[in-house]
This record gives sequence, structure tokens and C-alpha cells, in this order.
Amino acid sequence: MSLLAVEGLAKEFGGLKAVDGVSFDVRPGSVHSIIGPNGAGKTTLLNLLNGIYVPSAGRIVFDGRDLTGAAPHRFAAAGIARTFQNLQIFFNMTALENVLVGGHLHARAPLAAAMLRLPGRAEAERGYRVQALELLRFVGIEEYATAPADAMPYGALKRLEIARALAALAGLVLLDEPAAGLNPTETAAIDELIKRLSAGGVTVILVEHNMRLVMGVSDHIVVLDYGKKLTEGTAEEVRNDPRVIEAYLGAAAAEA
Amino acid sequence: MLAWLARARTGGLAALVAAIVLLPLALTNNYHYEVAIVVGLNAIVCVGLNLLIGYAGQISLGHAGFYGLGAYGSAILTARYGWPPAAALAASTAGAAALAYLVGRPILKLRGHYLAMATLGMGIIISIVIATEDRITGGPDGMAVAPFTLLGYTLAGERTWYWVVGAALALAVWLALNLIDSPAGRALRALHGSEVAAQVAGVDPGRYKVLAFVISAVFAAVAGSLTAHYAGFITPAKASFLHSIELVTMVVLGGMASTFGAVIGAAVLTTLPQVLTLLKDYEMMVFGAVLMLSMIFLPRGLVPTLAAALARRRR
Ligand SMILES: Nc1ncnc2c1ncn2[C@@H]1O[C@H](COP(=O)(O)OP(=O)(O)OP(=O)(O)O)[C@@H](O)[C@H]1O
Ligand SMILES: [Mg+2]
Repeated sequence: MSLLAVEGLAKEFGGLKAVDGVSFDVRPGSVHSIIGPNGAGKTTLLNLLNGIYVPSAGRIVFDGRDLTGAAPHRFAAAGIARTFQNLQIFFNMTALENVLVGGHLHARAPLAAAMLRLPGRAEAERGYRVQALELLRFVGIEEYATAPADAMPYGALKRLEIARALAALAGLVLLDEPAAGLNPTETAAIDELIKRLSAGGVTVILVEHNMRLVMGVSDHIVVLDYGKKLTEGTAEEVRNDPRVIEAYLGAAAAEA
Repeated sequence: MLAWLARARTGGLAALVAAIVLLPLALTNNYHYEVAIVVGLNAIVCVGLNLLIGYAGQISLGHAGFYGLGAYGSAILTARYGWPPAAALAASTAGAAALAYLVGRPILKLRGHYLAMATLGMGIIISIVIATEDRITGGPDGMAVAPFTLLGYTLAGERTWYWVVGAALALAVWLALNLIDSPAGRALRALHGSEVAAQVAGVDPGRYKVLAFVISAVFAAVAGSLTAHYAGFITPAKASFLHSIELVTMVVLGGMASTFGAVIGAAVLTTLPQVLTLLKDYEMMVFGAVLMLSMIFLPRGLVPTLAAALARRRR
């Protein structure tokens, strides 16, 4: 039984095949990593997995439902949340409000009741705030709760991305390079956070260049190269696969 | 107490109510009241329009059309069909809301600023219909409007209307602030902050932009309807493209995404031509210049810029 089934997924930009016929399954409760050299198509794949891009071919089945071609908010409603490699913070809001938006699907209020602030609304709002604050504490940035997001340091924003994604209470969370640009202490905190998430029953798809982090937390790893799936397996299997080493060395050589 | 005052939804509203209550001390004749009432009516439209421009990030170039629908709807339903004014207000407002939904629904699904183009066309059509259907609307000459009566009581006189419009403005601001501070309001602000992240959090952009557009149309129609009854006479000018531009200028000058900015913008640009009577003939030029200069020198608008400056000094 898989939570997410990806079949022959493809996405082209002009003539460039950014994702090229990728298939894999994600077991519920696992930490599933996607690695590959720069430009391999990892972010594009995540963008397909929550509807930001519509695939040029292939299918996405989540929790038994075919979501191929659906709008991003439908993916969210189905239970897929996400963080962004290039921060997509609501810089016009406070940290707490960012997390509150993350919980949007659980905080629907009838419009008239909200505008007239009918009895019960204030209490509901307080409830949302308590939960959001709890999440800020969970990722370790509660001291920024009332800070405008545009006044927060980079490391805190990376964690704000995670807190906002968690607020959706989604069954599947996609993390795009959560440790990029972080120092070793902060990276260790992300490592621990992913383990706690997983222990809490959340399924995680992790895109990350930090191999120590990936090898330490992953139950399963998919390797992408030039949009294609190169191989997949456990950390042990992937680490010793000569094709993986070559893909990374080749990319490094090309860049040098 | 301090925190309560610092919050827009409580302290800001209290300040606005205090200003409305105290202002009559400075109003010494009927003409002053007249100007204050027009400020209030324009401010109601701007508070609604700001939800669209400042929060949904969309521009309407036809808001005077909704204003005109409210005004002419009330005028026609009361004068030609004998409806009670309250029912006419409700019906013409509902009509404006329905029109906003019909126009906004297909257009706001698209990304980009197509709404500006669509509302431009819509506003022009409304003002042409008003000007040409002279058997119903009185055409370019305008038409007389019956006074507002409710439960046998007739609203008459500048002072009475001042309190009615003041209360309506306070109510409009309170409703807008409540909306902004609710899940729907946060969804709107989130779309402005990062549309893609908002979508990924489950926000349907089209739905919330339509919501802001419909609410802004409702505010404009209510203000239009009140204007018609207050003035006792309406002309197509109020529904014109130029008036739409004036409304947008008020919101931009006051400060996008600032409810009190919308009120200030309306106050400044409504009183300015009255004070500088010399400028009256050049009103449109002045509005054009204000719009241009505020985009260049105060892109965030008066109130947000001042608030930021104050916050910096306090630190
Ligand atoms: N919107 C787009 N339009 C055109 N080309 C794109 C677009 N997005 C990505 N690409 C291209 O698709 C390829 C894959 O990009 P993608 O961002 O998915 O890589 P990645 O694996 O996430 O890389 P990195 O590790 O650097 O984040 C790259 O060649 C990139 O230039
Ligand atoms: Mg990437």
C-alpha cells in the first residue's frame, strides 16, 4: 500500500525535459528523499506533486485519488503540504499569521460571522493562535511570533516555512532543501525535526543536498539525473551505487 | 490597554469614532457638514475598494459604476416603482453584488490584471446606459430622488445625515477590519504576499479575489444609494470613469492595504478641491498628478509611510 504513487511523470519547458518519465511509490509514514545534482529536476518534481505545474505526461495518485491536473489548492485539500527552496514567505504578515494561513483549510469561518465578529469567532481565533504558537515552538522560533516576517533572519524563515507547512496537518509534507544555507547547528535541528515529524506519523518527501542529513533520516531514496530516475533504494544501496557517484562527480566536473 | 489601543481593530476604530463624534465642533456651517458627509460617503467606497486593491492586489477602474448602480437603483426603485428606500437600497446593492460576481468570477480565475480592463469596460457601459436610458434615468440631466424614510421617520438636514453617514462609515471600517483579521482576510493578504504559497496552503485564489471584489462593490453601492437620498438629485457624473479614477487615487494616496489610509485618502482628496477652489477647473489634472506623484514618492501611501516613520522613531 502506497500513500503516493507517481507514474511516468514528465514536465517539459520548451524543449527541456526537466522531469522525464519518473515513477516511484511513497509508503505511508516513511521519509522519502529525492536527491540529484543541481538542475536534476527535483524542485520541478515537487512542483508537480502539489499542482503548481501540470504534468505533460503521467499520473499522480494520492491516498487512492487521482489528482493529476488538479489546482494546487486541491492538492492541499487532499492532504499535501510543502515548503519552498526559495522562500515563499508572506512577508506582509507576522510569523504567527504565516502559520495561521498554513492552517487555512482548518480555519474556515462563514463570511458573515467573520465580518460581524459574531460570538464564538473571537474564541475560535484565539484557538487558532494557540495552535499556531505551538507550531512555532515546535520548530523553535516562538520568540518571533509577533515579528513581521520581513524582520526575521534567514534560518528562522526556513523554519517558519516548515511550521506553516505543518499547520496544514497534512498527511504528506514536501520539504525542498530545508537545510540549504543553514549552519551545522541549525542543520542538526532540521534533522531532529524531520525525525520528530516522522515519529508523529507524517510522511515526508525530502529534497536535500546535504548528504549527511539525507543518509541519516531517509527510509528510501530516489536519485534523479537530467530529469530521469537514475536509481532508488535504501541509503546504503544508493551510497554504493557507482552510477550515483558518477552523476555527482560528472556534475562536479562539468561545473569545474 | 496600550496593546488594545495599538491594534487597528480596536484602537484605530476608537480613534475613528472619536474623530467622527468630535468633528462637528469644527463644523460651523451647513457647507462644512456637506463636505464632511461627502468625505464619509467617499470613504465608505474607498474602504471597500481598498480590500480589492490593497488586499486582493487587483484594480477596479469601474467602481463608480457600482456606486452609480446603487444611486440609480435606489432613485429609480423609489421614484418610479414606489419601493420603500430601505428595500431599494438592499435590492440595488444585491444587484451590484451580483454584477460584480458575474464579471469577477470568470476574470479573476486568470492571473494578471485583467480585472482592470473588464471593469473599465463595465463602468463605461453602465455610465452610457444611465446617460442614454433617459426615460428611466433622466439621462444627462439627472433625476430627483425621494428622501430616505424608515419606519415613518424621514432623514433630512445636514446634521442628521452627518450622523447617519458617520455611523455607516464606522460600521464599514469595523466590517473591513474584522474581515482582514479573519481566515478569509488572511487568505487575501497571503495571496498578496505569495500567491503560490497561499495556494499550496489551500487558498483558492479566484474565490477570495471574487470575494473581495463583491464586498467592494457592495460598499460602493451602499454609499451610492445613501448619496442619492442625501443629495436628493443625481447625475451620471457620479457613475463616470473619471469618478472611478478619483476613487482609485484616494485609495492609492491614503495607502494600499491600510483601511484607515483609505479613509484619510478620501478625506484629503475630497476636501482638497473644496479648499483650493481655484483648482476646481483642473480637478482631473490634480488627481492625475496626485496619483502619479504618490506612486513615485509614496508608493505605499500616506498612512503606511507615516506609520513606518513613527515606528522607526520610537525604536
Ligand atoms: N519554470 C521553468 N522554466 C524553464 N525551465 C525551468 C523552469 N523551472 C526549472 N527549469 C529547468 O528545469 C531543470 C530542472 O530544474 P529544477 O529547479 O527542478 O532542478 P533542481 O533539481 O531542483 O535543482 P537545484 O538542486 O539547483 O535546486 C533546470 O534545467 C532548470 O533550469
Ligand atoms: Mg531545486
